[in-house]
Amino acid sequence: MSGRVLVGVKRVIDYAVKIRVKPDNTGVVTDGVKHSMNPFCEIAVEEAVKLKEKKLIKEVVAVSCGPQQSQETIRTALAMGADRGIHVDVSGKDYENLGPLQVSKILAALAKQEDAQLILLGKQAIDDDCNQTGQMTAALLDWPQGTFASEVSLEGDKINLVREIDGGLEHIKINTPAVITADLRLNTPRYATLPNIMDSLMNNETELHKPNHRTSLCVGLIPLFETVAPEDMQGGTDRSGAMLRHTVLQSGLGLHTRSLVVFSIGIGKNKTKLGTV
Amino acid sequence: TIIQRKQKKPRKTGRRTKPPEEPDSGRGFHLPQLKEFQKVAFDFAANEMAPHMAEWDQKEIFPVETMRKAAQLGFGGIYVQPDVGGSGLSRLDTSIIFEALSTGCVSTTAYISIHNMCAWMIDSYGNKEQREKFCPDLCSMEKFASYCLTEPGSGSDAASLLTSAQRKGDHYILNGSKAFISGGGDTDVYVVMCRTGGKGPKGISFGKKEKKVGWNSQPTRAVIFEDCAVPVANRLGEEGQGFNIAMKGLNGGRINIASCSLGAAHASVQLARDHLLVRKQFGETLSNNQFLQFKLAEMATKLVASRLLIREAAQALQEDRPDAVAICSMAKLFATDECFNICNQALQMHGGYGYLKDYAVQQFVRDIRVHQILEGTNEVMRMIISRNLLSES
Repeated sequence: MSGRVLVGVKRVIDYAVKIRVKPDNTGVVTDGVKHSMNPFCEIAVEEAVKLKEKKLIKEVVAVSCGPQQSQETIRTALAMGADRGIHVDVSGKDYENLGPLQVSKILAALAKQEDAQLILLGKQAIDDDCNQTGQMTAALLDWPQGTFASEVSLEGDKINLVREIDGGLEHIKINTPAVITADLRLNTPRYATLPNIMDSLMNNETELHKPNHRTSLCVGLIPLFETVAPEDMQGGTDRSGAMLRHTVLQSGLGLHTRSLVVFSIGIGKNKTKLGTV
Repeated sequence: TIIQRKQKKPRKTGRRTKPPEEPDSGRGFHLPQLKEFQKVAFDFAANEMAPHMAEWDQKEIFPVETMRKAAQLGFGGIYVQPDVGGSGLSRLDTSIIFEALSTGCVSTTAYISIHNMCAWMIDSYGNKEQREKFCPDLCSMEKFASYCLTEPGSGSDAASLLTSAQRKGDHYILNGSKAFISGGGDTDVYVVMCRTGGKGPKGISFGKKEKKVGWNSQPTRAVIFEDCAVPVANRLGEEGQGFNIAMKGLNGGRINIASCSLGAAHASVQLARDHLLVRKQFGETLSNNQFLQFKLAEMATKLVASRLLIREAAQALQEDRPDAVAICSMAKLFATDECFNICNQALQMHGGYGYLKDYAVQQFVRDIRVHQILEGTNEVMRMIISRNLLSES
């Protein structure tokens, strides 16, 4: 076992920022907006550093996929105690199309290349809330996964995990190598100390990878979806509440007279919000 | 698998000041490094200080544990050399850190800056034994420090101080009293300016804890020396060198205090802005009122101007430029005056709510009012600047 842990860290818009939509409605404003490490990724880094301090693992490698600025996020991870950073350079159009599937392919390739024993990720990112990367990475590698972890302990070559699930807390035991995603209560991330920040900046241990480079990771970044605005409805359609009520009752949905049903139709800019039926 | 009830632990959220958005000034600062320092300081201020700021003020609590946490991050001896436990950073780094910490609590940050100045003084002017004996504990805040210069009879006229130190064998016997000593009575290491040669009664004692308008998270007391024996080994520098050391220390202290004013003004502008966007009168939010828009613009402009002057002064001090003394005085004068006005106007914008202790803006006003007085009154700053301008060289 290499004793190496890969920690994925994502650069996202800071949680305290008021998000604004771009005038052309293609996304949110990111230029000049404060970004920081995804809070769940911070928790993942903290857990990895804790494992290293307990001498259960040997090396913490922080990985980030994104443009040049992702290196700031890696530096924050280094300042928290990670040993090395890997920046997978994805910019421009590729970056707009970068989603969990592409990232998980990159992480899977890196895990094989780095001979990682463990991959620690945040459970989800606060910008897209996908909650998919960890699971997809595990599937691509055919590794066990422990998601929504609120407690992690290593026992030999197995991991005891407590997961926060809808019903309460679930205790599981999984083999290594594995993928773990961190939930809120796993730990409280440490502040970087001033000496660590200075060390992390002296430390130029951040490799650069290009995902399509033939000798490198060989991961294809194909866009998966495209967002289009729906066409405006033609005139002559009665969208009033009375019409809809009539239609619902006629269709015999068998609704109780006392039941509360709220409909909301959004068609382009015209939203019709109806009350009870 | 075993399933059990989930434990609920709520995350504390409170007022969080956003750091200033700044483009790369292209002046060769290590910008990524500065940004990281600023980030840590802002996070620490928002999470560890801001939630307790009002309580520390009302209950007059000296927050020892929080300050020790800050020291663990390296804030105990920011510009002290690393070989004795300091962080070895520059004056500019220090200014940025104090500005950020101040958004969490001005009074506590101001005390931390005084503590830093004491640690630096021992680091810079002490001999090997003194540095190794005092600095590590100060940098970790295992021990806290106070700086004793002012006396009941000598404030602005510091050179006329009377506290005497008479040599008796391998001890100095101190007699006299110091006034308005921040941390006095609760701290462990006292850096005392005294006149070598004197006499008097026994030991070191403290006056009553002063009741202040602000700066309530640090105790202020008179420090009284009566035949107080201090080993000669504890003398920093040579006899007669004290005044120079004190003055050199004040340059950095002035930048630090001005930085604290800056943090308060920055937080106040954000609070005012948030209030204007929310409060409605005459059928619309206050932010639609042109007078208030213009007022806010002026506040922001003066804030940025103050910030730039302070950072320039920090660089000048770091590089030991000939104009360092004058520019540090200018920065202190300008920033403390302007930032107080900014906080005051922010309070005004809050209307009646601004006067309530439930709202942080009044504490910022109260806390930074004293910055126009200590570390050299703004009148003394004018003396220093005019002297510099009118001198022949």
